[in-house]
Amino acid sequence: MSELSPSSPKLPVSLAANPVLSSWIRLSPEGEVKVSPGKVEIGQGIVTALAQIAADELDVDIARVRMVRASTAASPNEGVTSGSLSVQQSGRAIRQACAEIRQIFLVAASDRLGVAVDALAISDGTISGPGNISTSYWELTGEISLDRHAAGNAAPKPSTQRALAGHSVQRIDIPDKVFAHPRFIHDTALPGMLHGRVLRSEMAAATLIELKEDGARAVAGLVAIVRDGNFAGVVSETEESAEAALAALRKGATWSSEPALPDESDLAAWLKAQPAELTLIDRRTASHPTEKSRTVRRQYSRPYLAHASIAPSCAMAQWNGDRVHVWTHSQGVYFLRADLALVLRLPLDNITVEHMEGAGCYGHNAADDVALDAVLLAKAASNRPVRVQWSRADEMTHPPFGAAMAIEIEADLDAQGAIVDWRHSVWGNGHTARPGRAAQPALLAASELAKPFPRMISTNPPAANGGGADRNSVPPYDFPSWQIECHRLTVMPIRTSALRTLGAQGNVFAIECFIDELLTERGEDPVAFRLRHLSDPRARDVIAAVARRANWKPQSRSGIGYGLGFARYKNTGAYCAVVAEIESTDDIRVRRLTISVDVGEAINPDGVINQIEGGAIQATSWVLKERVRFDRQRITSNSWTDYPILRFSEVPEVEVELIPRPEIDPVGAGEAAHGPVTAAIANAVFDALGVRVRDLPITRERLIAAMELSA
Amino acid sequence: MPSIRFRLNGVETELDADPDSSLLSVLRGRLGLSGPHFGCGANECGACNVIIGDHAVAACDTPMWSVADKDVTTPEGLGNIDKPHPLQRAFIAEQALQCGYCVSGILMSAAALLKRNPHPSRDDVREALDRNLCRCGSHNRMVRAVLRAAVEMEAS
Repeated sequence: MSELSPSSPKLPVSLAANPVLSSWIRLSPEGEVKVSPGKVEIGQGIVTALAQIAADELDVDIARVRMVRASTAASPNEGVTSGSLSVQQSGRAIRQACAEIRQIFLVAASDRLGVAVDALAISDGTISGPGNISTSYWELTGEISLDRHAAGNAAPKPSTQRALAGHSVQRIDIPDKVFAHPRFIHDTALPGMLHGRVLRSEMAAATLIELKEDGARAVAGLVAIVRDGNFAGVVSETEESAEAALAALRKGATWSSEPALPDESDLAAWLKAQPAELTLIDRRTASHPTEKSRTVRRQYSRPYLAHASIAPSCAMAQWNGDRVHVWTHSQGVYFLRADLALVLRLPLDNITVEHMEGAGCYGHNAADDVALDAVLLAKAASNRPVRVQWSRADEMTHPPFGAAMAIEIEADLDAQGAIVDWRHSVWGNGHTARPGRAAQPALLAASELAKPFPRMISTNPPAANGGGADRNSVPPYDFPSWQIECHRLTVMPIRTSALRTLGAQGNVFAIECFIDELLTERGEDPVAFRLRHLSDPRARDVIAAVARRANWKPQSRSGIGYGLGFARYKNTGAYCAVVAEIESTDDIRVRRLTISVDVGEAINPDGVINQIEGGAIQATSWVLKERVRFDRQRITSNSWTDYPILRFSEVPEVEVELIPRPEIDPVGAGEAAHGPVTAAIANAVFDALGVRVRDLPITRERLIAAMELSA
Repeated sequence: MPSIRFRLNGVETELDADPDSSLLSVLRGRLGLSGPHFGCGANECGACNVIIGDHAVAACDTPMWSVADKDVTTPEGLGNIDKPHPLQRAFIAEQALQCGYCVSGILMSAAALLKRNPHPSRDDVREALDRNLCRCGSHNRMVRAVLRAAVEMEAS
């Protein structure tokens, strides 16, 4: 093995944690390349981007690449697929591992062919040298063990020599989905599979006082009724029978509950009045403080938001003695396994957790919860696999929500209106209560058992990981001084955890709207202001690009408004600037979103554009329509009627321009657009109507209330 | 249980079923077709859409008695890799999905539209898909894909 030279790059973080090359890549004599990422497909197209990287670095046709689904049985442990980090983490690890493997095979080929490594070339796995001599990965693989550690001494190809990266390769999972081949966990039937359903009260914090089982026992096909404290469920031979048994069990259940939920009519006031832990996020002190002439203060808020995936969460589990196998669409198979081990009081090795694709995942939804449900119900199934699927109503009410936020910003202005000090405070629950991180499990059923685990109170990831409620709370602009604070609630009547962008959507909304308010007062152009206050050339470029593309600022017409929003996600990730064009009729209609984005090297440009478009449309839905509703006892938005999302007839045109940066390491695209789109729409509403809505969502009721307030 | 006869993806099918049981539970359960997806069970999302006659309907909200003697098409009946429907080709060409869970129902709504109206406008497509929900935000690509399929079908 060659030695690590002092100038060798450090191993990418995922590869350092999982250094054995064969855990990532295996080459078969039959000519197949198996790539085993620890990250999972959650509808974002990641497996295709990772296949592109592997094919590029190994010089093989992408058709030879088979992507292996993550499993605790064999895959590298890459934690959780979240935070727009998959290309950064998995991508770099695979690129480095493949570069080393390529080098290992070149050396072996050089020995076999008696030709210097420099004289060899690789084409689709065939390694050839001068005079028509050749061998291949497939010939050599039998004599080369990749059960060795990555050394970090092979340099990946420069971006200019990559054939696939930077090209819009078609996603490898799409044909199955278009031709209705079973690919989702929901569509997978295991031999001998039974069906389970869990009984949950619509009331929050409910206690199951009495459970009459006679009705359910009379249902044909019933296999078992399971009860452990407040956790109850049925197992049946068929899905229909399980549904019927659940309905009968529900009739026989008596619950009690106390009013436990806040008053939704003034959520911001409630958030600011709760016990909380205060953290100073950032402080900047001016070297030459300027005297302030006046102070402006505004408060913004966003509601709890639901993941509201189109598919209800689903899992399968099968026991074999004291070992259990779990199939899940969780974002983190190892983390889920850790929590299952806590609940079951079993060693990790007794539990295998295997990933299968679910519907679009936008954060910590019920995927992990339903996996524990399946494990608990399968205990009553005599080693047969049990498939559990939540109802639509449970899917809308019981998973963690994206946390509601109250955000207050104060700016001190000098006599000319320049910002001389900036203070930003956030109130709300933490933005993560993910499984596998703590000494207690985060899974719903764990808190329902007769011997319950306490419900985990959500926290915020550290600033080094982008923060949680404070994500993007530090302004990107070069104000002379600021102080940023975060108040994390230590009570959690409504369950919260990670939803796409964590706190970034709320913070960017607040910052970008507040700036718009200040600018309007003194009549400065939003593009000019931002360019004046940003020194980062990549930030300036996306703003200049979007302004150009949107012909900023178009002539105002009656009922039409334009607004701008900008952020660099996490202040370290993708840059995104948005111009929104809205039309005000009875409701607000977003007509067009023009977006400019810089993700560094775009491995799959069309994939990046797809993610940005999707994020922009989802954010439009959040802004115009979405709000988890509740009374004092229950979440009431338990259907698509009560939790409407954007429909085809309401979707804006979305135009995305990618700034090409092939020389800069790639970052994720999935969360870049939400904050800037939110702010751009809100600013466009003000431009059209002259009223400022500071509480999301921007509905007709909110507009009327804002008009009354300003009248 | 009475026997119910219908044509499923062009094949005469007969089975004993509770007339009030839902078409979706029969398709996914006894008939083992995973193309129609369960989304809400309340005719609110379109993930389970199938075509009956010329119209896309939610299979979750369709009782078995109502399909007697009808033509039922599921996503499996639309086309396959060897003989794809123009819509399937177009959805791949436009990469018109992210997670893809809603796509099977959307293909059904789109196929029913093109049957009734071979030359739809963009607004026609949006209207035809308006009862289908997509959470990933792939709407514009899907609309483009349907228009592309319409052009291809006209040319062929």
